[in-house]
Amino acid sequence: MELICPAGTPAAFREAVDAGADAVYCGFRDETNARNFPGLNFSRDELKTAIAYARRHKVMTFVAINTFMRAGQEKLWHDAVDDAVRLGADALILADFGLMAYTAERHPEQRLHVSVQASASNADAVKFLVETFGAKRVVLPRILTIPDIARLARQISCEIEVFVFGGLCVMAEGRCSLSSYATGKSPNMNGVCSPASHVRYREDGSELVSELGDYTINRFPAGEAAGYPTLCKGRFDIAEERGYAFEDPVSLDVMDHIDALRDAGVGALKIEGRQRGKAYVAEVVSIMRRAVAANADERPALLSRLRRLSEGQKTTSGAYEKRWR
Amino acid sequence: MTLPFAMTVPFRIAPLSVIEHATRLVFAQVVAQHPDLFDRLGEHADKRYAFVPTDLPVGFLVEPAARRISVHRKPHLPVAHACMGGRFVLLLALLEGQIDGDAVFFSRSLTITGDMEAMLALRNALDDCDIDLPADIARMSGPFAPLVRRAAAEIRTRALSGEAATWN
Repeated sequence: MELICPAGTPAAFREAVDAGADAVYCGFRDETNARNFPGLNFSRDELKTAIAYARRHKVMTFVAINTFMRAGQEKLWHDAVDDAVRLGADALILADFGLMAYTAERHPEQRLHVSVQASASNADAVKFLVETFGAKRVVLPRILTIPDIARLARQISCEIEVFVFGGLCVMAEGRCSLSSYATGKSPNMNGVCSPASHVRYREDGSELVSELGDYTINRFPAGEAAGYPTLCKGRFDIAEERGYAFEDPVSLDVMDHIDALRDAGVGALKIEGRQRGKAYVAEVVSIMRRAVAANADERPALLSRLRRLSEGQKTTSGAYEKRWR
Repeated sequence: MTLPFAMTVPFRIAPLSVIEHATRLVFAQVVAQHPDLFDRLGEHADKRYAFVPTDLPVGFLVEPAARRISVHRKPHLPVAHACMGGRFVLLLALLEGQIDGDAVFFSRSLTITGDMEAMLALRNALDDCDIDLPADIARMSGPFAPLVRRAAAEIRTRALSGEAATWN
């Protein structure tokens, strides 16, 4: 199974390659990718250098252009596609059907992957994208169980990639409006979920308070691990109770289920974390590389170290092991 | 690790001008070795960043646009747009990208206040620069460079040995 690894900077890209990635995914330094955070991402020259580095090590480069185009400003996205193709990207990760159409028409030889942001989660949706735009791979949303994935795999003709470790988006990706509701900016349109410009952390006595726009997201008592300031991981007063309405501050980890995912038809395992530092990328990729090659009984010891790197210092198998329906 | 009291003594008894002079020498060396260090900051280059080690009696103010660093005794720290606080070793490890910023933030070992966007931009800029403090300091040491580099690298290894999420 391929290991698809994140890179937010050229330094992180080199770390991912050196640590054993089969492919590294990254994006341009603008609104065309869903990790448009300050100081992150690649210029055209940096991507060119990164692709050359990857090729010398027989590693592929996937370029994520996975936000949705704004009417009247399509050129920004079209240029991103043209430049990624020109620079030699091995695949483009796209979410917008219009951009998929543009790519299929202008660059019919270019390998096209369906981004998780396209939220293609059933056979009809995937078949449409394969037949209409020639998509070769779909990155599935993190809302399916492993049996769901196995059923889907039997009905579609393209490759399947799934997230196995890192930040856990619990919503229907590409359709979530929580960040937009609180800040006016979203991962779908602007490439930022809970943009840092709207985030504040402050100490209130012994508590750490996280705020997003005008909303208090969480109050962490002394000693409790903190999380990202996203509404979906917020702790709220609901009726008489205070608790997490959607999901705890927790990261995804389904590496215990690698064999089941392989049997279900998954061909590529994706690590989330383009916003994380090179230390995270180096550590996670090297451990994942060993975990993929290891026997099932050897994996827990390898993977236990990763929990300390995780949001809330906790991990979950999320919907892959859904028990609530 | 938290700095042992003995290692903080020079910061307590030395005149501030001496500490600041030494700090500026190291800062200038780092900037000279990594001239594109602040390129990723974009609009945030004009902001002021405070770094406040919890185990030292001083704090540091960095002004990227002016390529300037200044040292201030606590609690007389100037106003900054964004402030990062934590143990001195952690702050140095973040400067070098030796440790993942999000992971230490989740563990509550690090505090960030003020302009989160500016601090995030600086964190990402530093992370991409492959700063190697032992190597940069060694370049200032003339014929003693190899010795200084080995000693500084050894100190770094020992200081970070107990930290979670250390890189390599």
